[in-house]
Amino acid sequence: MPEARVLLAVSELHAWYGESHVLHGVTFAVQPGEVVTLLGRNGVGKTTTLKAIMGIIENRSGSVAFEGNELIRLSSDAIARSGIAFCPEERGIFATLDVKENLLLPRQVRSGGVTLDRIFALFPNLRERLASQGTKLSGGEQQMLAIGRILRTGARLLLLDEPTEGLAPVIVQQISRTISALKAQGFTILLVEQNFQFAATVADRYYVMEHGRIVDHLAAAELKANAGRLHEYLGV
Amino acid sequence: MDRGLNQPVLLHQRETSRSLEAAFAAMVVLLVVAPFVIYPVFLMQALCFVLFACAFNLLIGYVGLISFGHALFFGWASYVTAHAAKVWALPPELAILSGTAVAAVLGLIAGGLAIRRQGIYFAMITLALAQMMYFFALRAKFTGGEDGIQGVPRGRLFGLFDLGNEAAMYVFVLVVVLAGFLLIYRIINSPFGEVLKAIRENERRAVSLGYQTERYKLVAFALSATLAGLAGSMKSLVFQLASLTDVHWTMSGDVVLMTLLGGLGTVFGPVVGAFLVIAMQNYLAPFGQWVLVIQGLIFVACVLAFRRGIVGEIANRMRIRL
Amino acid sequence: MFEIFGIPSQALFGQLLLGLINGSFYALLSLGLAVIFGMLHIINFAHGAQYMMGAFAAYLMLQYLGIGYWPALLIAPILIGATGIIVERLFLQHLRSLDPLYGLLLTFGLALVIEGLFRNGFGSSGLPYQVPETLRGGRNLGFMFLPNYRAWVIVLSLAVCLATWFAIERTRLGSYLRAATENPVLVRAFGINVPRMVTLTYGFGVGLAALAGVMAAPIYNVSPQMGSDLIIVVFAVVVIGGMGSIMGAIVTGFALGIIEGLTKVFFPEASNTVIFVIMAVVLLLRPAGLFGRHA
Repeated sequence: MPEARVLLAVSELHAWYGESHVLHGVTFAVQPGEVVTLLGRNGVGKTTTLKAIMGIIENRSGSVAFEGNELIRLSSDAIARSGIAFCPEERGIFATLDVKENLLLPRQVRSGGVTLDRIFALFPNLRERLASQGTKLSGGEQQMLAIGRILRTGARLLLLDEPTEGLAPVIVQQISRTISALKAQGFTILLVEQNFQFAATVADRYYVMEHGRIVDHLAAAELKANAGRLHEYLGV
Repeated sequence: MDRGLNQPVLLHQRETSRSLEAAFAAMVVLLVVAPFVIYPVFLMQALCFVLFACAFNLLIGYVGLISFGHALFFGWASYVTAHAAKVWALPPELAILSGTAVAAVLGLIAGGLAIRRQGIYFAMITLALAQMMYFFALRAKFTGGEDGIQGVPRGRLFGLFDLGNEAAMYVFVLVVVLAGFLLIYRIINSPFGEVLKAIRENERRAVSLGYQTERYKLVAFALSATLAGLAGSMKSLVFQLASLTDVHWTMSGDVVLMTLLGGLGTVFGPVVGAFLVIAMQNYLAPFGQWVLVIQGLIFVACVLAFRRGIVGEIANRMRIRL
Repeated sequence: MFEIFGIPSQALFGQLLLGLINGSFYALLSLGLAVIFGMLHIINFAHGAQYMMGAFAAYLMLQYLGIGYWPALLIAPILIGATGIIVERLFLQHLRSLDPLYGLLLTFGLALVIEGLFRNGFGSSGLPYQVPETLRGGRNLGFMFLPNYRAWVIVLSLAVCLATWFAIERTRLGSYLRAATENPVLVRAFGINVPRMVTLTYGFGVGLAALAGVMAAPIYNVSPQMGSDLIIVVFAVVVIGGMGSIMGAIVTGFALGIIEGLTKVFFPEASNTVIFVIMAVVLLLRPAGLFGRHA
């Protein structure tokens, strides 16, 4: 890896679900302004890695350094306040909140968050559905909401867990454009994906995971040449 | 999905039952010898509560349902037996049978209502139902209201044994309680008991396996109520009194405390817990309301730091089943 | 004065008023229980004892510090609410990963401790608390006599209940609460200090109970067991209403109070038990409760 400023440095990250040892020393880094993807089949530990970084999984060890600060001992709200935002796999839209409340829920952790107007510019549908109950939105709209609300917080590192899961191709394209737009604005994004086609449209680098550890690393440019190998990893 | 209490409380040691047999033998020996050194009325009182607590434990330890209204069955059986012995002049065995039968019926009714909800709701419903029956007891002429039913005759068991004789009464109580204890043990280790445990572990899986879990829970509840009623019936003959305290919610709380302190889901926990709590209540009687405070503190301590209970801890340390 | 169904209007409306009063307390207390249950997933058995402590706080402040009813309305809930915060920090937070029944057992134990301590300190008989000067007397409405204090209690309870409902369902802070009730882990990952919110919610619920206690002091005698008898009825109210809904708890509380009052007029012997009977019926017909969200 070329020496460059590192935004997020994960080193020897181990994690446990109860008795079960699920991450076995994950090590990787993310530079500012990059879109990095964790690839891998179901169950290899991609979501777990995001959750461990975010402190949602509390039983963890190793090192997670963000902008030089060590996060491994912090609670998840402290980690969020340090400038990282998390968009969970199931989108996590609250049923007992309307769209506006969902949008405003995450705490503002830094100044310079995306304003509501800008968010509506990115996701026009949301403006029309403000008073609707959160879960009455379609899958695609919920994903927009889930991404939109973390943009407001001012966090500069976004952890997105399978943002395209279960969505129609048209929406997937929209999300792809959104992520590119965010990248152009200087956001750093750590993406977890099984949908390799989608990832290929936005990612700068890929880490492949298997059995709770990183087993391979590719840059975007190397993708075509290694398509076969990737397909093996992903079991496609 | 609501279910009973967590793993750490209950033992899953499938060690030999030798420890259980040894403990049982020790318990019987102690109880046979005890009346020669300890005040027999205290022992009989404790024994009644042993049965009460064992009946309660059947529900919480093996089905995972916590009832906060068991005084309903204990107290009303006590009233019926007292009334049967005093007013209808029935011999003790029939008086006890009446009381126990009434408890069984109440158990089916209460269980039928309470089982519709799980976990905490179940506890609240049982508490509310018991409170309702407390108000009935308060008003009904049959129960003697605030005075209760006093001067209950013990009578002649089977027309042969004069239960007014302390020794005879003690033997009778001991035999009945031991029989109840063994019956519960038998239930727990029967195929029926295995289904109950399966329901406690994972009710959905049990349902998917084809078991009509609601029925099993209801039967278990009714069994627990019946045996609690038996305990209450015995108690009314021991003290020759049936009163409002027997149906008050503090009585329900007492039996929960005994089982928690002794060890939920252990075989001998209720025995130890019952003896300890009765001993404490008697010892601290002159100190009035401190009993309430100390019982409350024991609850708090057990929940925070001592969830296995005394017998549970011992069994865990020694890696045996108790 | 006229008659309805052979009952003089004075008696009927008098009992209805009493029913509304009881209903006010049922609503306030089941509201507190519902709020606490939503956030902590435990049944606060100590709720009755905390209600009692509110009443005693008012009594003691008047007896020994000369602090009257009006300041007590504010001070007692804050004071007793603070004890709730201590209880949550000291005990309840350790139970979060355990089966919710342990919370019930622990709060039950606390209720015993609190009631026992107060019984030791103050005996079992009731202590009097005067209706505040400004609320004494009442007015004759023609069909009944309306004591000022009772009217005040109903108005205040309604106001507090509705304000609480509004705060939870319509404000930003309330949205945090509702979200944390639904998915506390995710809310925490959004930078919100959920453990602190849980603690404060418990404190708030306890404060509500204490407020009810202060309001109850001039009506019922202040006694150590005033809470335990009430709380069991409130449990029945909560089972009837179901715990999913704040408005459900409020409506059920007032409605059952009124029903109880009416029963006292027409079937006085059943008045103690009518709520329990209704609970049994609701369980048979609609086990999740009238407004319940979970079965």
